[in-house]
Amino acid sequence: MLLIPAMIMFCCGVYGFITRRNMIAILISLELMLNAVDINFAVFNRYLWPDAMEGMFFTLFAIAIAAAETALAIAIIINLYRSARNIDVRDLNKLKY
Amino acid sequence: MDATLPILILAIPLGMFFVLGLAGVKMSHRLAGILGCLGMGTTLVLAYTTAFTYFFSGSPEFVDAAGNRLQALIFDQTWLAFTDKLVIRIGFLLDPISAMMLVVITTISFMVHLYSMGYMRDHHGVWERGFQRFYAFLSLFSFSMLGLVVATNIFQMYIFWELVGASSYLLIGFYFIKPSAVSASKKAFIVTRFADLGFLIGILILSFYTGTFNFTELTSAPVEGLAGVFSVSETTAESVRSIFRSSAAPVFLGGSVLTWALVLIFMGGMGKSALLPLHIWLPDAMEGPTPVSALIHAATMVVAGVYLVARLFPLYLMEVTALEIVTWVGAITALYAAIVACTQIDIKRVLAFSTISQIAFMVVSLGVARPEVHEGLGYMASMFHLFTHAMFKALLFLGAGALIHAIGSNDYTAMHGLRKYMPVTHWTFLIGCLAIAGIIPFSGFFSKDEILSSCLGNSTLVYIWMSAVAGLTAFYMFRLYYLIFWWKEHKVHEGHHAPHDQPWTMTLPLVILAAVSCVAGFIPFGNFVTWNGAPYDFMAHFDWSVAAVSLCVALAAIGLATVMYRKENPLPEKFRAAMPALWTWAHHRFYWDELYMFITHRIIFNGICRPIAWFDRHIIDGTMDAFATVTNKASQAIKPLQSGQVQLYVWWYLLGALALGGITMLCLL
Amino acid sequence: MFSNILIWFVVIPLLMLAGLALCRDIKQIRAVAVAGSTALVALSVKLLVDYLALRAAGATAPMLFTDSWVWFAPLHINLAVGVDGISVAMILLSSIIVFAGSFASWTIPQPKAFFLWLILLSTGVFGFFISIDLFTMFMFYEVALIPMYLLIGVWGSGRKEYSAMKLTLMLMGGSAFLMLGLIGIYYHSAPAGQPLTWNILEIVRNGAISHDWQCFLFPMTFVGFGVLGAMFPFHTWSPDGHASAPTAVSMLHAGVLMKLGGYGCFRVAIYLMPQAANELAWIFLILTGISVVYGAFSACVQTDLKYINAYSSVSHCGLVLFAILMLNTTAMTGAIMQMLSHGLMTALFFALIGMIYGRTHTRDITKMGGLMRIMPYLSVCYVIAGMASLGLPGLSGFVAEMTIFVGSFQHADMFHRVFTIVACCSIVITAVYILRVVGKLLFGPVQDPHHLELTDATWWERFSTVTLIVCVAAIGCFPNFFNNLIRFTFSPDIFAVIGMN
Repeated sequence: MLLIPAMIMFCCGVYGFITRRNMIAILISLELMLNAVDINFAVFNRYLWPDAMEGMFFTLFAIAIAAAETALAIAIIINLYRSARNIDVRDLNKLKY
Repeated sequence: MDATLPILILAIPLGMFFVLGLAGVKMSHRLAGILGCLGMGTTLVLAYTTAFTYFFSGSPEFVDAAGNRLQALIFDQTWLAFTDKLVIRIGFLLDPISAMMLVVITTISFMVHLYSMGYMRDHHGVWERGFQRFYAFLSLFSFSMLGLVVATNIFQMYIFWELVGASSYLLIGFYFIKPSAVSASKKAFIVTRFADLGFLIGILILSFYTGTFNFTELTSAPVEGLAGVFSVSETTAESVRSIFRSSAAPVFLGGSVLTWALVLIFMGGMGKSALLPLHIWLPDAMEGPTPVSALIHAATMVVAGVYLVARLFPLYLMEVTALEIVTWVGAITALYAAIVACTQIDIKRVLAFSTISQIAFMVVSLGVARPEVHEGLGYMASMFHLFTHAMFKALLFLGAGALIHAIGSNDYTAMHGLRKYMPVTHWTFLIGCLAIAGIIPFSGFFSKDEILSSCLGNSTLVYIWMSAVAGLTAFYMFRLYYLIFWWKEHKVHEGHHAPHDQPWTMTLPLVILAAVSCVAGFIPFGNFVTWNGAPYDFMAHFDWSVAAVSLCVALAAIGLATVMYRKENPLPEKFRAAMPALWTWAHHRFYWDELYMFITHRIIFNGICRPIAWFDRHIIDGTMDAFATVTNKASQAIKPLQSGQVQLYVWWYLLGALALGGITMLCLL
Repeated sequence: MFSNILIWFVVIPLLMLAGLALCRDIKQIRAVAVAGSTALVALSVKLLVDYLALRAAGATAPMLFTDSWVWFAPLHINLAVGVDGISVAMILLSSIIVFAGSFASWTIPQPKAFFLWLILLSTGVFGFFISIDLFTMFMFYEVALIPMYLLIGVWGSGRKEYSAMKLTLMLMGGSAFLMLGLIGIYYHSAPAGQPLTWNILEIVRNGAISHDWQCFLFPMTFVGFGVLGAMFPFHTWSPDGHASAPTAVSMLHAGVLMKLGGYGCFRVAIYLMPQAANELAWIFLILTGISVVYGAFSACVQTDLKYINAYSSVSHCGLVLFAILMLNTTAMTGAIMQMLSHGLMTALFFALIGMIYGRTHTRDITKMGGLMRIMPYLSVCYVIAGMASLGLPGLSGFVAEMTIFVGSFQHADMFHRVFTIVACCSIVITAVYILRVVGKLLFGPVQDPHHLELTDATWWERFSTVTLIVCVAAIGCFPNFFNNLIRFTFSPDIFAVIGMN
């Protein structure tokens, strides 16, 4: 049963990732997807192999990585904002081509 | 015979070309001129010695026990070996016609060298610019022409043939500042090049079937039942005969390949000898300095075509069709050039057309020559006429040069009545005119008479035709003579700037050539030059009736010219008015130049070259550019897919994943 | 390794590169370039002498001075070298043109970079001519092509970027075919079960390429090299490329690089796959026959001096491929002579055009005239080059063309003889466009009064042109020497397969 909210969370994340133009929003969507996956890890661990704890640990590990990643991403976004005064992904194409 | 002399005959002019060409600018004009004359003088002596040795030494190398003259290979060095058999050799072939040509070429060339010392400086003694270059080119020309006549094989002849063409190009374009001279030289080269293409293809065909370039093998004994020409061993003769029997068999477009080869080779001769329809370059070539016209475009180079046919004459005898073509090309050219010569104003052009006409005489004579008619008189007559014509035509040209030098114009309307002012020029010119008109006892009478006898022996039509041309010749030459030296006098001639005879360097050659023209007719030519080397007594075949008729025709024509042109009178105008169309056409040389301009410019240049260049730039190159453009456009078109927007990629990824999932589901179901 | 004379043809240019890298000013650069190219000329003369001495002593192997060093064993790639008469002739030609080219670029801007690329290019050229290993041959081929892009793109004139790109892309396109062909040859180089090889001599000895594969690989390699040999319709890089290239590059390109095409066609396409060559030659004969006449006609209407010579190169190089395809000894000898002759006289032409352009700053013949008065030395050289091009006896063009025509006409087949006559027509058209240029450019009145102040050739220009003229005249006057040098290569056993004479 717990998989249903995780799936809803993941779909929201995907939808947000594709449609949002604001980098912060994209980052939030990304986090949503990550967390949905974390929930899945925990759930599958609990139901399929109740005596093993790898899933739980992996979840914790992923949360830590996600935190670091968010910190990095926010730092990039802030720097981008400082130079471009804008964090809309469609306008930030100067490095293309 | 020792090879030193012949080698020197070729080496001296060539060496002189390099000396004057490379070091000429550092020399004084006089030194360059003297060097050139000395070089040519030495060559003259050597050539005379060689010819004398050939004709009179009686050495077994040159004449066999029966008194027949032989072909002697003095030396023959391999120059380029294409295959085992097809080898270009550079050598020295001594036989009657080459020995005779040695004499002709060196004589005229030496006269011209001497004459140019006077001609190439103006009345104040200032030398013509590029004088040294002029002598260098003259030496180059002499070298090439000598190499041509002594060629031992047809490819050597072709090599020197091309060199002669190139030196003629350089000499016609000597005054390279003048656009008319530049275009004339270009025209001469390209027209003769076109003819040489025929020559080359002819050589290729001939050598393909016979497997040899050598004259001695090609002409040894191709006609059955006749004594071997120049007595080559019977085995060689038989092998050549069998080759020709088999090679004459293949037929191409209605003619045997041998006919084709011979006609194509003759095409090369038509170009050099300015026969219809490849004659158009010769009148324009008069843009060159007059001594050059005398040397190249009257006496030596233009007879190369005649010489070529004479050289291969035994082969031509195998294919009578080819000889018929030769005859009629010559006959038509002779008449055409004679008619045109009657209407020209420029004295050099009159002489140019008279040259064309006289060369056509020689060609006709070769064309009608048959061993069974007067023992091949036509061949001998042709060579005889070549010899005498070289002398008197060079005389006429040099005389014309003296006039032009004195007056400063080519136009006879600026001359009139010069006989009092330039007596030497006048008398020598008159001798030249009498010789070309065929008045006894001048040299032209004898040679022309033999040509006419030979024509009569072959066909009456050709005889009547050529007699008429002979009459026309006498007429237009005396028209020219009277218009220059008689007619009414110009007032401008009087006073300080009165024209006068030229310095001795110019008059001496005139006198010498005039003397030769007086006596050359009495040379027993048949003893020296015959088609098969057997000596021949031409007095035995001398036809007095033909001689009388031709003399009468010539005298009548001179009489007519005297009546019309000796004094100013309205007769010429009446004549012109009587046949306006003919006069206009003849005056415009029957519009041959316009026709050629149309073909080369309108059809070839605008109709072939330009479309091809356009095709190359727009179609071929366009296709290549189109490849590039299409690639470029295609990449531009798919570039937005690579937008750098991760969201878009995710979107495509998602769609792809769903599609794959869907397909998997379908497959599983 | 360095005991083999051939390897020095690559080592010397490499040493020159190192020397150039250390140079500080133009004098040092000139010194290195002249010293190096002189060494190359000396070396190639020594090679010629040694080669002839060996042949005279009775060496009958198809290639002499052969040697092989393993480079990458798993794929059987070796650095294998060896020369026959043709390669010796080509090496001699290349070294002379590099020598003349060094003098012709005496005052080039940015000399250091220019000479670096130029010498790299010649490294590739020499490497190509000495290798007999298909892989290293191909590698050197590419080494020769790539510097061309920079040399034209940086030092060129006119639409140089466009031309450089076009030239490089078209030649690379050819290389793609070639690469495919070479790999194909490699995989069929030995009978089943034996180790494969890239070595030309071994491939010929094995004779393992089946008939069907030959018919596939022959067009690949022939077209691949044919692009560089300016074969119709893949010739259009040539006019633009030549027109934009600087003097020395035009010289080297027309003089040597285009010869790589002809040489490759012979050495790879025909030498290795004679059966297919015999069967498919007629297709390419038609194409090259078109090249010959078509190039000549196109040259007649051009007004840019370099375009005229580029089209004339198309015509003359077409004749090279044409003669190679005739598959008989005389015509092929003629083809190689034509390569030599065309290389020298086109290099001379481009050198002169560069010198004239450097003075008048135009190459449009309608804007120039009467140069004979102003710069007699250069004009006389131009006339000589023109005469060589239109086949005047005594200069190189005549002997080459005549050998080709006579050789081709000996073909037993009517089709070949008719096409020979078609090709013969080019001698007239050549005369037309050469005399047109000579008449307009050198003779007649002076068109532009500013030209009256121009100067004649400097000493290095004289040196460069005299070198080339002497070589052109040497071939023209003593053709049999070159003829014998080249002819030995076509010893009958090599072409026994197709019964070539």
